[in-house]
Amino acid sequence: MAEELKRLSILERLGYERIEGFSEERKVGILVSLLALMIVTAAIAISRGVYEISVVDVYTITLAHLSPLGDTSAVSRLYDTIVWELRIPRILLAITVGVALATSGAVFQGCFRNPLVEPYILGVSSGAAFGASLGIVYPQFFLSIQVSAFIFGSVAVALAYLLARTRDETPIVTLILAGVIIGSVFSALVSIMKYISNDSALREIVFWLMGGFYYASWKDVALVSPIVVASFFVLWLLGWKLNILSMGDEEARTLGVSPEKYKFVLISIATLITSLAVSTVGIIAWVGLMMPHAARLLLGPDHRFVIPAAAMLGGTYLIVCDTLARTLTSAEIPVGIITSILGAPYLFYLLRTRGRAIFG
Amino acid sequence: MIFMLQVNDLYFNYGKKPVFEGVSFDVDEGELCGLFGPNGCGKTTLFKCCLKFLKFHRGSVVMNGIDITDHRIENMAKLVAYVPQEHKPPFPYLVKEVVLMGRTPHLRGVFGISRKDKEQALNALEVLEIGHLADQPYNQLSGGQRQMVLMARAIAQDTKIMFLDEPTSALDFSNQIRIWEIMHRVAEEGVTILACSHDPNHVSWFCNKVVVMNRNGIVAEGAPHHVITEQVLDDIYEGVCAVRSVGGTRMVMPRKVAEREVDGISIESRFGMRNSVPAEVELI
Repeated sequence: MAEELKRLSILERLGYERIEGFSEERKVGILVSLLALMIVTAAIAISRGVYEISVVDVYTITLAHLSPLGDTSAVSRLYDTIVWELRIPRILLAITVGVALATSGAVFQGCFRNPLVEPYILGVSSGAAFGASLGIVYPQFFLSIQVSAFIFGSVAVALAYLLARTRDETPIVTLILAGVIIGSVFSALVSIMKYISNDSALREIVFWLMGGFYYASWKDVALVSPIVVASFFVLWLLGWKLNILSMGDEEARTLGVSPEKYKFVLISIATLITSLAVSTVGIIAWVGLMMPHAARLLLGPDHRFVIPAAAMLGGTYLIVCDTLARTLTSAEIPVGIITSILGAPYLFYLLRTRGRAIFG
Repeated sequence: MIFMLQVNDLYFNYGKKPVFEGVSFDVDEGELCGLFGPNGCGKTTLFKCCLKFLKFHRGSVVMNGIDITDHRIENMAKLVAYVPQEHKPPFPYLVKEVVLMGRTPHLRGVFGISRKDKEQALNALEVLEIGHLADQPYNQLSGGQRQMVLMARAIAQDTKIMFLDEPTSALDFSNQIRIWEIMHRVAEEGVTILACSHDPNHVSWFCNKVVVMNRNGIVAEGAPHHVITEQVLDDIYEGVCAVRSVGGTRMVMPRKVAEREVDGISIESRFGMRNSVPAEVELI
């Protein structure tokens, strides 16, 4: 009881206030459980792999690296490399990409006032695919596949936005159509690249398009994670504004939220993290579409809760899918295949059972 | 004399088609002003021009002494609330959340929503007597219930001016009267209200002032009993309406019905079903 009172007073000092009829404790509780779920899933995933390493060894290595006085000389070098250089960065990257795609999915759905929108709607995936295939086919002109994919992914969205802009306004329908147009143009360009590439390059392009964490390294984590985490917090803080925007442009104006300004900011940040994610691991479908749905199912449509819940669900989902991808068979399965195969029945189930509550 | 809302010589056209030309009127502080006119005469467009949703081509709109072109969008929202005719969002926000959105212009800080804001949202629901809807998804309510929720949101927004676009169009009779009485009460507290309506009786019974619009501009403006007259109604509705006094209250009724009543013969009696009753007694 005393503990309970103490907890409350700390929250209240932070500005949290209780009022009858607006209880948010349940929702906060769910968010905390989702975070715990993600951490537990990650912890289990570390100990799974094709190469059998005992659970004790895995956690000894992990703890040894995490604690400042850690000493890894006691365990075999091979085990150390597998756990610390391969599995852990791979899991962290999976979390980062899951957070990025699910967060931007929630943001795009809110901005476009449409629960069926996914982060690739404005052509970022096709643009990035073209960038990546350019990098694969002409390695002499493009320093890295990742940079080239990131640049073209962002260029595609910028083009769609510019095409849709008329007289200081960006109507949603025009924007979505512009995204579809730009997307199909870049898809055609990717087909050209496939057509002119040789066999090994073609194989590489196809694998890239299916997405995967095969080459995950600490370098990727260090590059991508800080940007994704920072963007996630900015988007989370804009959650209430996103609620207002999802009511429609005129409603937003009435309530003092400039639709043009905030849509631009939100779409730009969401595109940045989507583009980063796609350029690092290829095109992973469904996560950005499904996770916001699942979050809404758990917590209702308020984006202040949907954004963090979707992010953590996205992280968890990609850890699970990637762990399956690397352990199901001795060869790796591209993770995009697993996210689709697991995701489609789930979305179908949602549509048939809870369709009305989610799709309005 | 400074008016809360002044519309001066406003021109607007969609493409080449003019919607209205040279519209001017003003509304005093704390006045409940009805905007009355036939379908398609540009009432909603006029609202949208005043709220800066649309850019008008000539003229000016002055609110609270400041030209609206000088108002930033955030400040506009603190000054004027808007209740649209019909609105349905794609996500199932709860009614209380929708009403709480009305507090957005007043939110500040990272944590934003304070106890006071939440209380004000719940109070607004109580004013409209729709507290029982608080936990229902807004987009699954009936059109009339949604209108009441949007009205509650406008009250929670706590502004000096309110624009209501046919606030009673989807309501049942008792709720129509309730909404007009709430608007009357809100106006008495000093809020300036501009509401458009298609019911000449409502505007003449509840408003302090009426502005009558026709296809090309303002036809009449002033106190209801000066404005809602047969002459003005003839002008906009071409001989459909009659204005009568029923027990001292002015009633606008279809001319055909009025003529029938004046003869003192109701339809039933004409067919010999019932004796004729004087019109006044029958209506009261």
